[in-house]
Amino acid sequence: MSTTELPSRNEVEDLLYKEAALLDEWRLDEWLELLTEDAVYEVPPTDVPEGDSRNTLFIIADDAVRIRSRVKQLLGKAAWSENPRSRTRRMIANVRVVAAVGENILVTANFAVHRMRYESVDTYIGHYDYKLVRKGNDLKIRERRAILDNEALRPHGKISFIL
Amino acid sequence: MDKSAENYIIDDQDAGLFRVNRRAFTDPECLHEERRRVFDKCWIYVGHESEVPHASDYRSRNVAGRPMILARGDDSVVRVLLNTCTHRGSLVCRQKSGNARTFQCPYHAWTYNSRGQLVGVPGEDSYSDAFKRDEMGLASPPQVDNYRGFIFACFDPAAQSLYDYLAGAREYLDLVADQSELGMKIVAGQQSYSARANWKLLVENSYDGYHGLPTHQRYFSFLNDIGIDFKNSNLTAPARQQAVDLGNGHAVVEYQSAWGRPIAHWVAPFGEHRKEHFEQLRRRFDERFGPERARRICETSRNLGIFPNLVINDIMAITVRTFYPVSPDYMEVNAWALAPADESAEDSALRLDNFLTFLGPGGFATPDDVEMLESCQRGFANREVGWSDISRGMKREHPSITDELQMRAFWRRWNQLMTEPQLRRARKAA
Repeated sequence: MSTTELPSRNEVEDLLYKEAALLDEWRLDEWLELLTEDAVYEVPPTDVPEGDSRNTLFIIADDAVRIRSRVKQLLGKAAWSENPRSRTRRMIANVRVVAAVGENILVTANFAVHRMRYESVDTYIGHYDYKLVRKGNDLKIRERRAILDNEALRPHGKISFIL
Repeated sequence: MDKSAENYIIDDQDAGLFRVNRRAFTDPECLHEERRRVFDKCWIYVGHESEVPHASDYRSRNVAGRPMILARGDDSVVRVLLNTCTHRGSLVCRQKSGNARTFQCPYHAWTYNSRGQLVGVPGEDSYSDAFKRDEMGLASPPQVDNYRGFIFACFDPAAQSLYDYLAGAREYLDLVADQSELGMKIVAGQQSYSARANWKLLVENSYDGYHGLPTHQRYFSFLNDIGIDFKNSNLTAPARQQAVDLGNGHAVVEYQSAWGRPIAHWVAPFGEHRKEHFEQLRRRFDERFGPERARRICETSRNLGIFPNLVINDIMAITVRTFYPVSPDYMEVNAWALAPADESAEDSALRLDNFLTFLGPGGFATPDDVEMLESCQRGFANREVGWSDISRGMKREHPSITDELQMRAFWRRWNQLMTEPQLRRARKAA
């Protein structure tokens, strides 16, 4: 049995809404501060949503090094797919604090992320699986997996921002 | 120079100028012709035999705009079946993949076995003697063949064999297929994406060495950040790279690359602990193929375009990518990772890691490629600027991978198919 105390849904929602705001506002350096040093960010392929990135070709499977590099690239000028930047607007809902496993707190939430660019609107729909850990007074994100319900990235073409 | 708006290309070899009429990217009539003259005449990639490893495995997918089933029968023979009931048309296979002894049409319950034969018709006694069940199996394309695990179909019964069709591309498919003694396999997970751009822009992009540095500077800065110095990779040193017209519209660029390759080309970011293991893998290649071919397999990267719409890029990992136009300005893309079937779990994880740094719709490069293609397509709305230039390196004796020989090889074949007179006459006669 885990001895980790589950946070309130309120506290978790505060974290996820803050994260959504930071990402929508492209405050990506501040977003990094919500993550642990060993954080992982993954988007599984649409045909194997329950896959393992060690043996399945994902869309995104960033370790901490690649997350930081991704942020650096997106804040630079040469990530052409995000220069000029997309507008994004995230709707986070159905937040559930599921369980504690060791020190990890498992959380799920639904998302609809709209991306507006060149007068097209593409909507990414799915749910997040989070692993959160308590660091002092704060909850930090150790793992975030964005699992798409979209059957293909069509007509989206890409995930060029942080989903 | 003839700039007749009727022509698709200008190929002036004396002057060293090559132009493509942008109508080829925008005109719905051109796409209509491409479907008949290119996609219905050429060998089209369907899938890899490893995707249906066991008897009665199947995968359904769209190929050249048609719903098809890649099916391994209970007799272990891999077939390509057209996914439409011979009765009234419904899809008989509505799952993406699985293992099934039969495909039963949900509409009137006609049932086909895993070889495509019609084995069940409810109330069959209501049909006349002229109704022959054995003529009513699921249809297949007129020609289906397999080259080293890659399965292709062709809708032209008179077309040359797949072996002949692949021409010089076979040598490069061999360099990929030889990477395992037990065969190659498609890794689980399909990248299904799209681009709001003409499909031929992705052909050009997939082996375009010229765009690498400007379009992908963020990728090279990432390599720098993890300790790979791409400036020493000598991307353009002639001894280490070549662009080759492989015949029949196929072309390749082959070069020494900065990045590590999970097939026995170790680089520091892979970790010291893997160095010895990679040297072992390499020694095995030396034994199997001799040092020169082993070096080529392990150390050189290659971007291979197989006419019309298959790309196999054997770079920091191997991607198999195919695409098909829905409209002149929109294509669907499917991409997979190819790997040695006998690769260890650890090597496989490293390969997938390496793949995702560059490739795929969430990688550090492919999204910018998609962006550039979409940007070109938007630019084409300026009809006053009617031609694109693909002349680079045309007068050079040995064009480099940053020249455009590979694209000219594609366009010449494409233009030949699109302007061949026989078909036009046949159509008029009809």
